[in-house]
Amino acid sequence: MTDQQTQPAGEPATAGAPAGGAPGESRGRGATKVSGDRLAQLGPLFALILACAFFSTQSDRFLTADNFSLILQQVMVIGTLAIGQTLIILTAGIDLSCGTVMAFGSIVMTKLAVDNGIPPVLAILLGIGACAAFGAVNGALVTSLNLPAFIVTLGTFNIAYALTHIYSKDETISGLPDVMTSLGNSFSLGGTPFTYGTILTILLFAFVWFVLTQTSWGRRVYALGDNPEATRLMGIPVKKQLLMIYTVAGVIYGIAALLLVARTNVGDPNAGLTDNLDAITAVVLGGTSLFGGRGTIIGTLIGALIVGVLRDGLVLMGVQSIYQVLITGILVILAVSVDQLARRRG
Amino acid sequence: MSEETRTPILSAKGLVKRYGQVTAIDGADFELYPGEILAVIGDNGAGKSSLIKALSGAVVPDAGEIRLDGEPVRFKSPIEARKAGIETVYQDLAVAPAMDIATNLFLGREQRRGGPLGSLFRMLDHKGMREEADRQMKSLQIGIRSMSQAVETLSGGQRQGVAVARAAAWARKLVIMDEPTAALGVKESAQVLELINRVRDNGLPVILISHNMPHVFEIADRIHVHRLGKRATVVTPKTHTMHEVVGIMTGAVVHDLEHPDQENGPAAAPDEPPAAQAAGADGSDPPPR
Repeated sequence: MTDQQTQPAGEPATAGAPAGGAPGESRGRGATKVSGDRLAQLGPLFALILACAFFSTQSDRFLTADNFSLILQQVMVIGTLAIGQTLIILTAGIDLSCGTVMAFGSIVMTKLAVDNGIPPVLAILLGIGACAAFGAVNGALVTSLNLPAFIVTLGTFNIAYALTHIYSKDETISGLPDVMTSLGNSFSLGGTPFTYGTILTILLFAFVWFVLTQTSWGRRVYALGDNPEATRLMGIPVKKQLLMIYTVAGVIYGIAALLLVARTNVGDPNAGLTDNLDAITAVVLGGTSLFGGRGTIIGTLIGALIVGVLRDGLVLMGVQSIYQVLITGILVILAVSVDQLARRRG
Repeated sequence: MSEETRTPILSAKGLVKRYGQVTAIDGADFELYPGEILAVIGDNGAGKSSLIKALSGAVVPDAGEIRLDGEPVRFKSPIEARKAGIETVYQDLAVAPAMDIATNLFLGREQRRGGPLGSLFRMLDHKGMREEADRQMKSLQIGIRSMSQAVETLSGGQRQGVAVARAAAWARKLVIMDEPTAALGVKESAQVLELINRVRDNGLPVILISHNMPHVFEIADRIHVHRLGKRATVVTPKTHTMHEVVGIMTGAVVHDLEHPDQENGPAAAPDEPPAAQAAGADGSDPPPR
């Protein structure tokens, strides 16, 4: 059996095979390679290290524990949004509504708690539920009417934005109950403050990593984006799975809404507008392909950190905020180009 | 004659499927016997794909009966047919390119780990699936070294090899191959044909739908010729030439299914087709069932 490795039916293993022709090495490990290109996964990490190295030469304050703690706090909302966004982009979809849906969720939970006196925990759950409902609507429109995710979520982006302002009457909601902002509290680790929200975000990343790599649900997210027709032919209920993915993404936006509220201590109807594209930027910078089926949640975490480090580093350098937007825009196009060029090779 | 005494593994009698005015299947019969490769051929529009769809559950026939292992079955979807042990390989390489071989083999049928890790945390048994995939690929002598290699790094023939291996791994009764070489080059087609032979030799009967006559004649044990929505005849590559079979397929030759040995004997003379052609006026159907 073992000496049948080069039989006529199989050509000698294809030359650029990423496994490096070392079956012994790849076997017996828990991790399954999905993207098929390790270099593409290492790219974002290099970019992050490069950015850190650059900013540490530009500012003495960059390479401090306090600054990194600050970056993590700033990244936590975008990072959480990017988790949901990753799930959707892996299916070859996109969600332009994530930021405004999050804003709507934050208004729902804060207004219910402050204006209607609903118990904070229940209000939080209702806010998350509102985001899940938006996710389900996105998913239902994409699956049942076969509409492009781009257009559907452009529509729900506006709907969520409008509902947020109508419901809040354009007013910022303050005086939030303590429970609602507790995730913004911090604890000290070796003298450096970390917020509980940061820990929650990291746990969420770990959980979604587990689901994507270790469960059949996760395998199906990838398969769906990689080859929907093959996935359907294998008896997987593609539409049901897709609807579930959009809904789960909605729930994650709801958690982002809670993090946002905890961080800002208010319900702000104008929040989430820039987070929308920042989340997509984080996913793309993290090496997830907009064509679906390829990408990792670790990459998204790195992508979110890149966005955070850039923002933070440019602020420390005294660069005007509009230039941060400019640089982010250029980076996204670069990342997408790299993705496209890398795929063409295969 | 000896064939008639065996029980077909899959058979159909009097299948009918109409789409409005169009009759796609017009009283078709079908038999697949254990241990054989049965090629199904027919001109475009002859209704062979409708027949295959009926057999694989993609289409529910209006009338007629399908039997699997002698038991009447009625598939309402391809998933039901798959549950009954019928797997299908499609021409357009129905594999997920970015995913590895083991994942593709187990797509939709993933194995979980034993113990609480599997039942409680629903963790996949990556190692077990890779080992099983390795065994399966080896039994078909597909020489791919690493099961954690992405399918897109394989050649077209190897990719179809993955699809064939998947079908062979899960099929308990038979495998349907729908134009499995249509998207492949000459050399890669040869590899896949060899694979199909091995699937049969490993004990699974195969239904092969193909337009490619040389391929059909190379590996089929019997050839089911479909014409005008029904079976025109069943011949073997030993008793008929490619030319004769094409004649039957296009209606140039009318073939009597009831008495195949009398009409087109083993040593079919070259002058026979024209004679038969004269008998079969165009448009007239082959003899009734």
